[in-house]
Amino acid sequence: MSSAAGSSWARFGFSRRAQRALREQADAVVSRGEVVLDGAGFGSKAALALEHTWQDKRGIIGWLETNDHKRIGKRFVVTAFLFFCAAGILSAIMRTQLAFPDNDIVGPDLYDQLFTMHGTTMMFVFAVPIMQGMGVYLVPLMVGTRNTAFPRMTACAYWLYLLGGLTLWIGFALNTGADAGWFAYVPLAGPDYGVGKRADVWNNLINLTEAMGLMVAVDLATVILKMRAPGMSLRRMPIFAWSILVTSVMIIFAMPSVMLAANLAQFDRTFGTHFFNPAEGGDVLVWQHLFWFFGHPEVYFIFIPGLGFISTIIPTFARRPLFGHTAIVLSMIATGFLAFGLWVHHMFATNLPEVGKSFFTAMSFMIAIPTAVQIFCWIATLWTGRIHLRVPLLFVLAFFVIFVLGGVTGIMVGAVPFDLQVHDTYFVVAHLHYVLFGGAVFPLFAAFYYWFPKFTGRMLDERLGRWQFWLFFIGFNVTFFPMHLLGLDGMPRRIYTYGAETGWGTLNLLATIGTAIIAVSVVIFIVNFVRSLAKGTLAGDNPWGAPTLEWATHSPPPAFNFVAVPVVASREPLWAREADEPTHVTGLSAQTREGLVTTVLDALPDVRYSYPSPTIWPVVAAVTVVIWLFWSNITPSGMWYGLIPPAIAFTLWYWPTRKETAEQLLLQRRP
Amino acid sequence: MIGGMHDVQVPAGAQAHAIAGVWHWLLPICTFVFVALVIAMLVALWRAPWIRESVAPDLSSLRQSEPEIARAVWAAVIVSTLLLLVLLAVSVFTDRALAQLPLENALHVELTGYQWWWEARYDDPDASRIFTTANELHVPVGRPVIVTLVGADVIHSFWVPSLHGKKDLIPGRTQTISFRADRPGTYRGTCAEYCGYQHAHMVLYVVADAPNDYEQWAQRQRAPAHAPATAEEQRGRDLFLRRSCAMCHAIDGTPAQGQHAPNLTHVASRMTIGAGTLENTASRRAAWILDPQQFKPGANMPAENIPPDELAAINAYLGSLE
Repeated sequence: MSSAAGSSWARFGFSRRAQRALREQADAVVSRGEVVLDGAGFGSKAALALEHTWQDKRGIIGWLETNDHKRIGKRFVVTAFLFFCAAGILSAIMRTQLAFPDNDIVGPDLYDQLFTMHGTTMMFVFAVPIMQGMGVYLVPLMVGTRNTAFPRMTACAYWLYLLGGLTLWIGFALNTGADAGWFAYVPLAGPDYGVGKRADVWNNLINLTEAMGLMVAVDLATVILKMRAPGMSLRRMPIFAWSILVTSVMIIFAMPSVMLAANLAQFDRTFGTHFFNPAEGGDVLVWQHLFWFFGHPEVYFIFIPGLGFISTIIPTFARRPLFGHTAIVLSMIATGFLAFGLWVHHMFATNLPEVGKSFFTAMSFMIAIPTAVQIFCWIATLWTGRIHLRVPLLFVLAFFVIFVLGGVTGIMVGAVPFDLQVHDTYFVVAHLHYVLFGGAVFPLFAAFYYWFPKFTGRMLDERLGRWQFWLFFIGFNVTFFPMHLLGLDGMPRRIYTYGAETGWGTLNLLATIGTAIIAVSVVIFIVNFVRSLAKGTLAGDNPWGAPTLEWATHSPPPAFNFVAVPVVASREPLWAREADEPTHVTGLSAQTREGLVTTVLDALPDVRYSYPSPTIWPVVAAVTVVIWLFWSNITPSGMWYGLIPPAIAFTLWYWPTRKETAEQLLLQRRP
Repeated sequence: MIGGMHDVQVPAGAQAHAIAGVWHWLLPICTFVFVALVIAMLVALWRAPWIRESVAPDLSSLRQSEPEIARAVWAAVIVSTLLLLVLLAVSVFTDRALAQLPLENALHVELTGYQWWWEARYDDPDASRIFTTANELHVPVGRPVIVTLVGADVIHSFWVPSLHGKKDLIPGRTQTISFRADRPGTYRGTCAEYCGYQHAHMVLYVVADAPNDYEQWAQRQRAPAHAPATAEEQRGRDLFLRRSCAMCHAIDGTPAQGQHAPNLTHVASRMTIGAGTLENTASRRAAWILDPQQFKPGANMPAENIPPDELAAINAYLGSLE
């Protein structure tokens, strides 16, 4: 893979030789000790110096070291998409097994691993990472800065995530796939009933992916609050940045809960503690509270970025600013708060006090209101706009149908009495897929089509996109709509087979046929992706005529994102720019990785900030952490001795080099 | 043929009936909201002008507010909120109704969930009238039933859709569920909380009988096991006691008192074996005894190499345990 910066030069028509000459020129500028400030056009001395400063090392070392948010973000998205496909294949196997009554393609042991791997992968290894990955790529561009605030940490987060996902799947390949459900209820996942190492692999995955989630959330929240372009006050901040901010804050509150739970469970398994053992005073319900206190907000931090995509895409294709921008922002924040008040609606069947149940029903209904506000505002935007119907908008329109249906069935299952009937049945399977496909996967495909030109410089093919869309939309409904009826007819979840006497055969067969249609659709997307990557039409900087800052730079953006820090005076900086308005500020050093920190509310320039340079230690640290976790599963003493390698790696990570110290001292005196 | 009703929308008891009442509010209101939103989206697409190429954006909304649109959005939000309040009231009042089932003269049953079968102990103030059965409940029509739910190993969930919603059997937390069957019939229940390999085969049939029929059934269940009437049955009984069967299974009135598997005192009176896995016929029973793993992989009952004549004797004996 060539470095991101190299490919951007190639896109400006520089030959390889010309690129080398430019690079040598830049080296010369730097070696003469000249002070170069950023701030002029491409090809200028400043741009050359920035290019020189921000490029990664070549070869495998540069690939491992990089902390460029665009490379890391792309890795997140591609990795998560591959896991999405893998988990999708598992669901196709499950659907094949369930197509006919008394089928025996897979037995219960494998089936239990299949649905556990499917759910775990989709929730922890696909949905959260891909949303955060989109945030890592897009947020710094949208707010007009050159990298994320803590890029080494985000690089480390990626490696933790990749290794977590890989170890989960290697475990599955070695017949040690997690098999206690994606919720891993104790005692089934505890030391007495979760025999073997299957539950240990799952607990490790939770530790790794949740650490990833927290690290990225802290990084992105910092970027959004402190590194926005001058002038981008909170009022003018793009909605997608808002959605990632709300998501990040939610992650920071929710994820520690499930990490704690997974570690208590692992202590029970490794050291013989009794946190969840009722015979020794423990309580199995505590697990459910800790898990769902995370698990319900998780649903929302998967779908709030989806709302962000939609609020970004609709104005571009309705050719007008979003109607009710403030209402939509407030709704997202309200959703973020309310999401923490309804975890118990996953536990209505566990016997709760009556008043408690009514409270959680009321909360479950109330959270529909902010979502309804957003949907009404989007319809109002379309109503008063001019429609440019391209593939991203098609996926957004499908969102309205699918998500709203999932939303109304969500109201149904929020009502305690009705939930007691359909809880843990296929009705809930249908509901959750309508909500998560509608709220996350459809918006995500819309986002792929929308931002693919920015990521790669080329457009995805429109005709294949329409084929993919219609197959996806039809296949989805054929698969999941019948499941509502199956649930009402008493079919429970997580059963590997059913008898013919139940009468569930026909609808199950229909659902399986729908799955095949979805599979074809995803294959078309992959074909489209690969073809367009190689020979799609060139996009240009802003192919959709969109208003936000990521479209102000080149496609794909150079390693340093912007030659000069942009200045913003409205919500739609690329639409509502007055002729004599300043477009950028200059004055940052182009010879070191400098950025601008601004104030939280008004984005007034505050201080200069030196971005950390790429190093090898984040990836090394991630590897040592994974070794520590697995070592501690094999022998309890690994819990202590295994800590030594990560301790060394994290210390070296922060070890200052003489060169960097000297640079910093110099920068204190000169611009 | 084994079967039994299991449709949420066709209630056969007071509790399930109340819940179906909630469904009859939820379905039309939610359908209305869904259809209204989709129509609003389609109308928006129909009335807005379509453009082929990207054009300059319309920025007029930045300069002047759009009061009409804002009013429409407000109206939609208010209507949605009112509809939600209606549904909230329906939900809360139904919840109260469910908690207020009259419980005079209730039948008490203690139901224990094991991986992967159900044990039912019919309670009685007179200890000699207590009896134990498995995987099949009989209840009298019109009389409330209080089921005490005990989780023995992992979490299971008791769910008979025709009679009531579900309630979990949680280790360390005994709780109760009350229901009343109002129509005679056979209702299929199933474990609704994932509990391991054979979660799929953890079925519990509930048979609602007329009160007299129920009393007769209970009377038969209280009786000790049928004594062998033929030489073949006698041989089967001896083999049952001599082989490993008696280590797990109990047959009241015999030395077989194993407590790790379903009580077989009246096994021939049940509709299924293996908690709904197989129909309880002589041939199915023989196949099951020989190799349960073929039908219910992972179940705790091992396959046994039993010579055909011995198997026939054991099967004949079990078949006589009406």
